[in-house]
Amino acid sequence: MSTTPSVAPESACTGCPAHHLSNLRRLGVEMEDWDYVVALAGNPNVGKSTVFNSLTGLRQHTGNWPGKTVTRAEGGFEFGKQRYKIVDLPGTYSLLATSPDEEVARDFILFGQPDVTVVVVDATRLERNLNLALQVLEITPRVVVCLNLMDQARRLGLQVDDRRLARDLGIPVVPATARYREGLDTLLQAIAGVATGDIVGKPHRSLQEPPALRKALTTLVEHLTQLHPGLPNPRWVALRLLDGDERITAAVRSGEIADLATAQGRPLPTAPAAASAA
Amino acid sequence: MKTSHPITADRVLREAQTLRWKIGATFHDDLVESLYKEASRLADRAVTRPGDTPRFDLDRTVDRIVTSRVWGFPLMLLLFAGVFWITIAGANVPSRWLATLLLDTVLPLLKQFSASLGLPRWIDGLCLDGMYRATAWVVSVMLPPMAIFFPLFTLLEDFGYLPRVAFNLDRWFKRAGAHGKQSLTMMMGFGCNAAGVVATRIIDSPRERLIAMLTNNFALCNGRWPTQILIASIFIGATAPPLLAGLVSAAAVVGVALLGILASLATSWGLSRTVLRGEVSTFSLELPPYRPPRFWQTIYTSLIDRTLFVLWRAVVFAVPAGAVIWLVANLQVGGTSVAGHLIDWLNPLGVLIGLNGVILLAYVIAIPANEIVIPAVLVLTVLMTGTTGVGEGAGVLFELDSHQATLQLLKAGGWTLLTGVNLMLFSLLHNPCSTTLYTIYKESGSWRWTVVAALLPLAMGLVVTFFVAQVWRVVAP
Repeated sequence: MSTTPSVAPESACTGCPAHHLSNLRRLGVEMEDWDYVVALAGNPNVGKSTVFNSLTGLRQHTGNWPGKTVTRAEGGFEFGKQRYKIVDLPGTYSLLATSPDEEVARDFILFGQPDVTVVVVDATRLERNLNLALQVLEITPRVVVCLNLMDQARRLGLQVDDRRLARDLGIPVVPATARYREGLDTLLQAIAGVATGDIVGKPHRSLQEPPALRKALTTLVEHLTQLHPGLPNPRWVALRLLDGDERITAAVRSGEIADLATAQGRPLPTAPAAASAA
Repeated sequence: MKTSHPITADRVLREAQTLRWKIGATFHDDLVESLYKEASRLADRAVTRPGDTPRFDLDRTVDRIVTSRVWGFPLMLLLFAGVFWITIAGANVPSRWLATLLLDTVLPLLKQFSASLGLPRWIDGLCLDGMYRATAWVVSVMLPPMAIFFPLFTLLEDFGYLPRVAFNLDRWFKRAGAHGKQSLTMMMGFGCNAAGVVATRIIDSPRERLIAMLTNNFALCNGRWPTQILIASIFIGATAPPLLAGLVSAAAVVGVALLGILASLATSWGLSRTVLRGEVSTFSLELPPYRPPRFWQTIYTSLIDRTLFVLWRAVVFAVPAGAVIWLVANLQVGGTSVAGHLIDWLNPLGVLIGLNGVILLAYVIAIPANEIVIPAVLVLTVLMTGTTGVGEGAGVLFELDSHQATLQLLKAGGWTLLTGVNLMLFSLLHNPCSTTLYTIYKESGSWRWTVVAALLPLAMGLVVTFFVAQVWRVVAP
């Protein structure tokens, strides 16, 4: 844990399972304190609540329709001697915060500063789901993609190359079928790896922007970094400012954004720092 | 840039303001577009598609049928009628078993036990005749239909059918000036109105959310399905030949549920054209892929989470209600029981709207939970008619062995087919239970809207039953 962070993994499958599901202790809602905070994000109806339930042992009602989870649910689990608090965010298509549920999700990922954000994506609708994953990656590199509904993908005859996706995104990608508890082992390891800093995501940010925008961005990013050295996502904040996002504008004005700089700039998360994220 | 100026938050914000004008108005769209392009590029690299995907088409074909303008609604009605028919046909026998067990076997044992302890008569009456019997009644009458209905409904939900229903109804809700997502919150209301009210959080516009909250009560909830199913079986089913009785009863229940949807649409329309005027928001409703439900797990979780949860709630309310009923039936004021006074006082209004004082009193007692309406009605009827041979004294909630016996008793209490029909209507159209009202208050944060939510459906119920009663009395011989 105290060694310098390793390079990004080639894929989610970093070696064979050293841990097993038997190491997983579900804590339900009985969370007194925790070592790490994990956020669950994803489009509506991709099985976030199913993943949440199988990790926490809780029984949040899951249903086959979008919009099942309108508020965030919290639970906990213990894995490899560490206690994790997991927060199930409302399903959203984007983080542009045009509706209250999108705002809940975005504010938590940004200001709640989870140690790991798991983006659950529907393997059968990868393109649309990746929109959200890319937006999350703009905010934080501490991301694990859970490629859920792999059984559906197989049923449709789709072959999803999780290793290539992991390489392209620069973060761990774990294929899973949460309903049948398939892949949860690997998911837990990836979560633990990102949480402890053993796995450090290096997201490729290859978004192309028009030249006029690039210039404006460069200026703003430069000044934002001068204002708050260590701000983890100056480009994203700059974009939100250019877009006239009121919440972010207010956060810059009040200096709330600086908390991100100090908290996310920490080399490795420790238990008390994680607890302050609440 | 002049570096002599210190960088302040205000300066950065001003800069962003100026730059925003330079980068052009399409910048937001450009950004979203580049995001989509990148997502599509990554997805293309990662996913290999087979030449054709026949199963994909199966989903689409099913969707084309279940959401078609012609077949969508008839199919929906058939499906729900089927679910109710299975519930009605399947619940009768286990109900009787439970009643025999809890009331004919366990109760005498308890009575013996209390006699051997030499408990005073009133303790024995309050606990066994009041609380125990109310609970036993609720369990035997509610558990079997719920244990059949909820798993079936959950299977439909897990399969992915409910969003299609919402899709079919969406058009109508929009036309009524409400949000299309209201069809989803209504679906939740068919389980529990309090849950449905919480679910309105998925609606962004406050105006439309309020409409959805105020009209959620028109979706028949868990507590009211048993009333509908029982009354439909003994009054409406009885008018049909025995072979068709089950089907006719199921059709009647579906009819009332449909009427609820109509009431919901009509009220939304009325509200959105008077006190809650405004634009209709658009949204995209995603139809999820059909997924084969995990049969045994669905059965298990719906039994544990839904059936036992609702049953527990019913029992929690039935225990004190049983005590209240026993007390009002046994406390005497001026030679008549308190219940007698209340019923006499409510009777004129009851008769005017095709019901009676007993039913209205039962509804007052059942404000905390709709589940106990029928038990309360039955015991109060015994009290008022003094029917012998059923029940065992004033204020005893009893179990009737068959639908036939229930019918006999209610007829002795002056019930007609009109009473049955109007009770079904009133069960649909009356104030929400206290839990739902409290939830509406918490969600809307307004006492005024909570009062509207309570009185609006009650007023509608009174008006509708009044008119049905007047027309019935003119038309019927």
